[in-house]
Amino acid sequence: MEKLLLLGAEAIAQGAIDGGMSGIYAYPGTPSTEITEYVQNNKIAIERNIHRNWSANEKTAVEAALGMSYAGKRAMACMKHVGLNVAADPFINAAITGVNGGLVITVADDPSMHSSQNEQDSRFYGKFAMIPMLEPSNQQEAYDMAYESFELSEKFKIPVLMRITTRLSHSRSGIKRKEIKSENPLTYPDDPIQFVLLPSNARKRYKGLLGIQSSIEEAAEKSKYNKYIDGKDKSLGIIACGIAFNYLMENYPENNCPHPILKIGQYPMPYSLLDKIVNECDKILVLEDGYPFVEEQIKGYFDKSGKITGRLNGAIPRDGELNPDIVGKALGKEVKQFFKIPEIVKNRPPELCSGCAHRDIYTALNETMKEFGKQKVFSDIGCYTLGALPPWNAINSCVDMGASITMAKGAADAGVRPSVAVIGDSTFTHSGMTALLDCVYENTPVTIIIADNATTAMTGGQTSPATGRLEQICIGLGVKPEHVRVLTPLPKFHEEMIKVIREELLYEGVSVIIPRRECIQTATRSKKEQRVKAEEVTQ
Amino acid sequence: MKADIILSGVGGQGIVSIAATIAQAALDNNLFIKQSEVHGMSQRGGAVYSHLRISDREIASDLIPLGHADIIISVEPMESLRYLPWLKEDGWLVTNSTPFINIPDYPDLKSLHLEIEKFPNHILINADEIARQVKSPRSSNIVMLGAASPFLEIPIENFEQAIGKIFGRKGEKIVELNIQALHAGREYSLTHQKEKV
Ligand code: SF4
Repeated sequence: MEKLLLLGAEAIAQGAIDGGMSGIYAYPGTPSTEITEYVQNNKIAIERNIHRNWSANEKTAVEAALGMSYAGKRAMACMKHVGLNVAADPFINAAITGVNGGLVITVADDPSMHSSQNEQDSRFYGKFAMIPMLEPSNQQEAYDMAYESFELSEKFKIPVLMRITTRLSHSRSGIKRKEIKSENPLTYPDDPIQFVLLPSNARKRYKGLLGIQSSIEEAAEKSKYNKYIDGKDKSLGIIACGIAFNYLMENYPENNCPHPILKIGQYPMPYSLLDKIVNECDKILVLEDGYPFVEEQIKGYFDKSGKITGRLNGAIPRDGELNPDIVGKALGKEVKQFFKIPEIVKNRPPELCSGCAHRDIYTALNETMKEFGKQKVFSDIGCYTLGALPPWNAINSCVDMGASITMAKGAADAGVRPSVAVIGDSTFTHSGMTALLDCVYENTPVTIIIADNATTAMTGGQTSPATGRLEQICIGLGVKPEHVRVLTPLPKFHEEMIKVIREELLYEGVSVIIPRRECIQTATRSKKEQRVKAEEVTQ
Repeated sequence: MKADIILSGVGGQGIVSIAATIAQAALDNNLFIKQSEVHGMSQRGGAVYSHLRISDREIASDLIPLGHADIIISVEPMESLRYLPWLKEDGWLVTNSTPFINIPDYPDLKSLHLEIEKFPNHILINADEIARQVKSPRSSNIVMLGAASPFLEIPIENFEQAIGKIFGRKGEKIVELNIQALHAGREYSLTHQKEKV
């Protein structure tokens, strides 16, 4: 069969489709977005009508995937690492309920924070939930693991966590496919009370989860993704997790690494293999992208011998993603660099597209805020976060999805007047609605600007469940209709925007301003698509 | 055969299509490929790059080690210099001479061109102008691909086929125009490369 050229994210999607998945649930977030997008455009997925719409947030995504698994079908939930914080509640509990059809939760971590607020390592969550984890080292493994992950989940009747990182997610390579499996039929769980986590029942289920730990460890020991590659020079042993294995091998182009290597691709950690390498070798270098997850566990608190090295002792930098040069340096190799970046090169930070509606909103907001003083605008996560950079410097916070409204509330409770939140339409449905309800409950004096561009723009223009219903949602949650104000953010309405913003900033209660204009990226794209369609019709 | 390529430019300038075209051509040649790219926020007018590695042997890392790139292909002059730490001692710098100015302190263009011309192995090509000449003003990225093609050990027919596969959905005419852009870039590069030797 012809090889497919796929991103790591796409390889997971193809593997899941070929592995018999019936539904994917996700909220877009770099670097995980392309998994779901691939399923949305895939022929087999369309033919089979695999569920592939976006969810309101990561928590609803994991819960829906769990529901599909309850019904016996294979389901996947996808998110970026910080999304797993949002979904932590159902994620941990799904390990207790167990699953019926295979349930795989795929999380893309972002070491080096290419596009994120932090670098957290999802393997800690996997260990916390005590479930098996898969961590591919390359695109082919990403495909194979996704394909096999449902079976692994069904074998142990618990969810499986699949962990990838930005680099693998957004790098392309040729993939060999496997035979396409059919979907599971509808079935119900054997034990009808399994999914009811009342304390008495949860205790029983938890014991069950503890009881299978040794078998999932054994599965990891035997897994083909955990490999012990022997080497003559035992002065050093190298443990390489996931993609770190590739950076290691890059330093030995002829596959001639003289040291024993333990390649880890499946967790819980393969303890007997770890035992072997730690006992056999004088020193150990741990290579892992993300946190020192393996290193910490094998080092233990009292080992001060210095035998085990890695991120904790500075052999590898504590933060940032790995690369072949960092690994080479830790192995004592010389990094050759012939040229420096000339001084003439200036920084080029990202910025709002020219013509973007957010520009007009910030211009109007900045001008109005001049009358009220600085440091009172709380923002959220999306394209509009770029308003923190010059020339606007318009916003003063960006913490997590939905935090703008709740932080503005806390500040207002502390006496800040006016207290302003800027949030996008998609982020508002993700985590802003409950925050707004808190404000309504106490009639907190906050002004919430929902910058409505009719899409989830930052991740490339995905649909959002709130599109076209924002006013209704706000009024439904209890905002007074006369304080829900819709604007058109365009330079020609500049004065009018200022007038409305000023009025609402002066109001001692909850007000919502909705500046509405479609993201120009999605608008241009849909115009182009219409044109191509029209041409096809006329031809 | 092995080529480590860095593609650079500004978000939205089409380096992803250059990467996709080379990758497709390499795949059709039964070569191994690894191509890593930047998604997300930095695409909004920020500096972007892609590491592309092709080889007849399996490739380990998705990232190119420092000092190992055979070629930097840039659709913008200043961005060609940002990735110099990756370039081999005798590597090639192939860049568009037309700047993309979206920052207030963009350097003086003449000095920038002088900096590029310091490299014995460089091709500085006005890809925007050439794209206009072949009546395909939006194909300046494919002109750049053409300009880089003599340095990649992949037959030109494979690039043509790859363009067919990648742009095929947009219609016959778009494919045709891009193939012309490819050849125009290649011609320029071949004549200027000779001048230097
Ligand atoms: S992608 Fe859309 S919302 Fe984001 S900056 Fe560009 S126009 Fe604005």
